[in-house]
Amino acid sequence: MELRTRDLGVRLGQRQVLDNVSAIFAPGRITVLLGPNGAGKSSLLKSLVGLIPGQSGDVLLNRRPLRVISMRDRARAMAYLAQDPVVHWNLIGRDLVALGRLPHRGAFGGPSRADMVAVDRALADTGTQDFADRPVHSLSGGERARLLLARMLAGEPQWLLADEPLASLDPAHQIDMLRLFRRAADRGAGVLLVLHDLNQAARIADDVLILKQGCVAAMGTSQDVLTAPLLSRVYETPIHQIAGEDGMRLFHASGT
Amino acid sequence: MSRPAKLLSLAALMVVLFALSLMAGKVWVPFDAWFGTDPRWWIILELRLPRAILGAAIGGMLGLSGAVLQGYMRNPLADPGVLGISSGAAFGAVAAIFFGVGGSLLLLFGSAMAGAAGAILLLGIFVGRSASAVSLILAGTILASLGGALTAFLISISPNPFATSEIVTWIMGALTDRGYREAAYALPCIAIGMALLLTTGRALDALALGEESARSLGVPMGGLQALIVGAVGLGVGAGVAVTGVVGFVGLIVPHLLRPWFGERPSALLLPSLLGGAALLLAADSLVRLAPGANEVKLGVAMAMIGAPFFFWLLLKYRGRILWN
Repeated sequence: MELRTRDLGVRLGQRQVLDNVSAIFAPGRITVLLGPNGAGKSSLLKSLVGLIPGQSGDVLLNRRPLRVISMRDRARAMAYLAQDPVVHWNLIGRDLVALGRLPHRGAFGGPSRADMVAVDRALADTGTQDFADRPVHSLSGGERARLLLARMLAGEPQWLLADEPLASLDPAHQIDMLRLFRRAADRGAGVLLVLHDLNQAARIADDVLILKQGCVAAMGTSQDVLTAPLLSRVYETPIHQIAGEDGMRLFHASGT
Repeated sequence: MSRPAKLLSLAALMVVLFALSLMAGKVWVPFDAWFGTDPRWWIILELRLPRAILGAAIGGMLGLSGAVLQGYMRNPLADPGVLGISSGAAFGAVAAIFFGVGGSLLLLFGSAMAGAAGAILLLGIFVGRSASAVSLILAGTILASLGGALTAFLISISPNPFATSEIVTWIMGALTDRGYREAAYALPCIAIGMALLLTTGRALDALALGEESARSLGVPMGGLQALIVGAVGLGVGAGVAVTGVVGFVGLIVPHLLRPWFGERPSALLLPSLLGGAALLLAADSLVRLAPGANEVKLGVAMAMIGAPFFFWLLLKYRGRILWN
């Protein structure tokens, strides 16, 4: 099981948003994508799931180029959580989570037994059973975020790709979400997260990929990459490392 | 109440309204006059049965289209009119009347369907491969006003007052005097359109998460849009070709049913089909029962019922509707 890009180049309009990006992502690990605004993090995530096509190079899923893999097979292998996710209709929680089973369902007929089992498991794993019969528009942002994560898990994907899943969550819910992603990784899924908060990244990442202006600025284990000099260079602002408790790294941007 | 029970009740309501539509009119035909040697049986068989069948089919198609388009555009204000297909078909039919061939059902129907096809073609050119609901709604709105303008143009240059009057009467939309021949043209198109639209439920559900998330769940957005536009064009186009423009059914029906069947788009498709049929049958019975020498036009009646409903909807959902 492997997900990688090889010399990936993506243009959107006139802008080269990704340039020669070669990166490998490992199953069972959490890779955090970092970089300044507009560095191409979201574009990389979308290219990986096949939402925007590359002009050059390849995305390889299990050594096969993504473009020869059917949309359905891609959807089974990879679950994607968009930035600022919306739920347009006032679905009940269970129906929202069941959307994650779409790539597994036949053209007609109701959900199979396996579908229902997977939905129940996803609800249980995220602690959202209580929301199963509640309309999602009546839930808080944190509760909805957990349901959306359950929607990803319900598809039993090998890869979870989430674009800023912690945005607009309070600290308790942020930690809660990170714990759920960690558990998915422990069960063997590869997890890719776009984050903005360096300290959350330091808390959760096994591996870190830093993008800058569409290019890979650094890639490696969290220990190797998340260092004050490297981060200061990438973000072009002085960033200091503060020793946290239990060896935890904390970063502080002091500004110029 | 379980979902099958709700569906059965809705179907039963439709059957009752269908029967009522056979009875109702200037000549009231009670149930015990059916099937017999009673001469009024002829009224039912020759006049009211084809009209009721057409009404049910067109109402069903409009209701279903409304549910599909609201789901696809994630906008509770969408209905078949926003695609501009109704206006295109109406313009085609008006052109046939304008050129004096409106008396031939084949030419009238063909011209209306050509108008619908033209609208679909223009939608395809304007929207292209972007497969985005926003560009579709914008292109459709422009097409709808273009179709309306072209129709008004034909009326304004029409040299003879009879043609003008015929056009204006036709545009208002009615099932009056529509018979088996009209049904034979329209029903196959409507049946195909309905069958295609009923397959879109899963994809519409996925769209509740937005276009990108739906694609990431394996929904081919370009194919879905082409399917919806084609199926609505075929079914609604055929409906407009035989009755003229009957608005508001597609807008109202899904709203009436959401509190009962839930907001999940796929759960609304079949109910909206049944509900649309029921609503149009009821409205058509009412216009026949209304006093006066001339029937109120069905399209006019629907608009008079529909517009206040629409205002009520706006008040109820104020702030919560639109694109979110």
